[in-house]
Amino acid sequence: MAGAATSLAASTSAVAVPGRARKTAATDEHPAIKWLLIGLSVTFMVLFLIIPLVAVFCEAFRKGTDVYFAALVEPDAVSAIKLTLITAAIAVPLNLVFGVAAAWAIAKFDFRGKSVLITLIDLPFSVSPVVAGLIYVLVFGLQGWLGPWLQAHDLKVVFAVPGIILATIFVTFPFVARELIPLMAAQGNEEEEAALVLGASGWQTFWHVTLPNIKWGLLYGVILCNARAMGEFGAVSVVSGHVRGQTNTMPLHVEILYNEYQFAAAFAVASLLALLALVTLGLKSFIEWKTRREHEVLPLEAPREA
Amino acid sequence: MTPRPAKRHNVLPGFGLSLGYTLFYLCLIVLIPLSAAFIRTSSLTWEQFWGIVTTPRVVASYQLTFGASLIGATINAVFGLIVAWVLVRYSFPGKRILDALVDLPFALPTAVAGIALTGLYAQNGWIGSLLAPYGIKVAFTQLGVIVALTFIGLPFVVRTVQPVIEDLERELEEAAASLGASRWQTFVNVILPVILPALLTGFALALARAIGEYGSVVFIAGNIPMKTEITPLLIITKLEQYDFVGATALAVVMLVISFCMLLVVNLLQWWANRRAGRES
Repeated sequence: MAGAATSLAASTSAVAVPGRARKTAATDEHPAIKWLLIGLSVTFMVLFLIIPLVAVFCEAFRKGTDVYFAALVEPDAVSAIKLTLITAAIAVPLNLVFGVAAAWAIAKFDFRGKSVLITLIDLPFSVSPVVAGLIYVLVFGLQGWLGPWLQAHDLKVVFAVPGIILATIFVTFPFVARELIPLMAAQGNEEEEAALVLGASGWQTFWHVTLPNIKWGLLYGVILCNARAMGEFGAVSVVSGHVRGQTNTMPLHVEILYNEYQFAAAFAVASLLALLALVTLGLKSFIEWKTRREHEVLPLEAPREA
Repeated sequence: MTPRPAKRHNVLPGFGLSLGYTLFYLCLIVLIPLSAAFIRTSSLTWEQFWGIVTTPRVVASYQLTFGASLIGATINAVFGLIVAWVLVRYSFPGKRILDALVDLPFALPTAVAGIALTGLYAQNGWIGSLLAPYGIKVAFTQLGVIVALTFIGLPFVVRTVQPVIEDLERELEEAAASLGASRWQTFVNVILPVILPALLTGFALALARAIGEYGSVVFIAGNIPMKTEITPLLIITKLEQYDFVGATALAVVMLVISFCMLLVVNLLQWWANRRAGRES
């Protein structure tokens, strides 16, 4: 987040501040090299990002809009869309609460083993999605630790919806926490301390002081978490059991349609997911723009106060 | 992270609650399930374990997974550096859209990327049909695996190198130029050493992601045993044959590799931070 935000900030400030705007030719590349590098970048990105994205929508509409919409309102597709929404609706809030709690503990307090805790929170990002699914099969599957107990009580976790939700929680585990920890650490404790001194309770301080300060970072983490939750394939694939109309999420539905050579239908459902990705990127850019603007206003006011 | 004031009584409430909940949730979702893989495998003797994880089919899958991931991460290191440089230093039409699109592989579900790339690189696809006359097959070959892994690793190098290029001090480049260095010499001797830790971090992140990747690869790989079968797929194949022990043994190998990669990334970031701290 910070990367992209400062990138644009840097490029705009280079134009805005006179004296820094036009550098001497000594630190600029030869125009031919400059345009060669731009050409290489654009070609690479068009080839690897834009063409695949365009292809999804072209393939989806290849057999016409009737086939496209038919593929989306078909019962199996509708139940896949529903399951995807339910999964995200459970996984994202749980990780949101966790992320805020973890960031509060880590950013606002000093304690031993903090860096180990941060590494452990990031762990799910480095675990292969397939392994993430497998470990839940090992715990909740028939062969697993809790399998016999679950079967005795007629509960199903693996190859059922709870397993899908658990696997999704695992793969999206760090998103909110890793966005909030650096943000809350950078903001420090002064504002909260002031609120407490003025007689606010702990919860009041959190709702009225901390939350407004972290709202954009929180939203940013939630958006990325949601995109991954709705799009996760590998982990969910292992625990789902692929029961059509019951334990298929949208990405799994795409796979089934594709393997049945129903390409137009597969790409139609895929186009919804691609649309979700584009909305995610749009919102992400918006939040980066918003936070950058707030940061640009602050430094201008600060010297006057000082 | 900014250093917080030295030892001071912290008046903020909620430490016990928030840390307690964090640890509880972490154990429940991450640590206990992960430990299941290791505990399950510990029922095997070392010989049995070694036998499972070194069969020819498994070794072939390691070779493909690591080989393709290394090539993909290398492509991303080269082009990621160029893209990051171009996005920071130059202005051209469409730049902001390109900048936003860099994160597409993070946002696009891997299954969607998988079928899109397969459709493009199949023999009758837009790109596949252009390459076919030259006898180049991408889909359902090892080349296809590399294409998919390049796609999913693309944002890592750009996003780790970009902030470092932004923070580069132009004065250093001016000094180098005024001392008679050519632009290329300045790049190699002045700019590259500063970027290098971030570049390596991005490379390691892309590599780590590629090694575990599943969704985007299964469609384009064709999944031919010994040829285009990646290790995560082999885990799923074993699971589908109810070979839980075999699947878990492979998962433990993957986990150990992930932990090593995580360690490498942390060391690289520590190096990058130390270097940044020394120079500023």
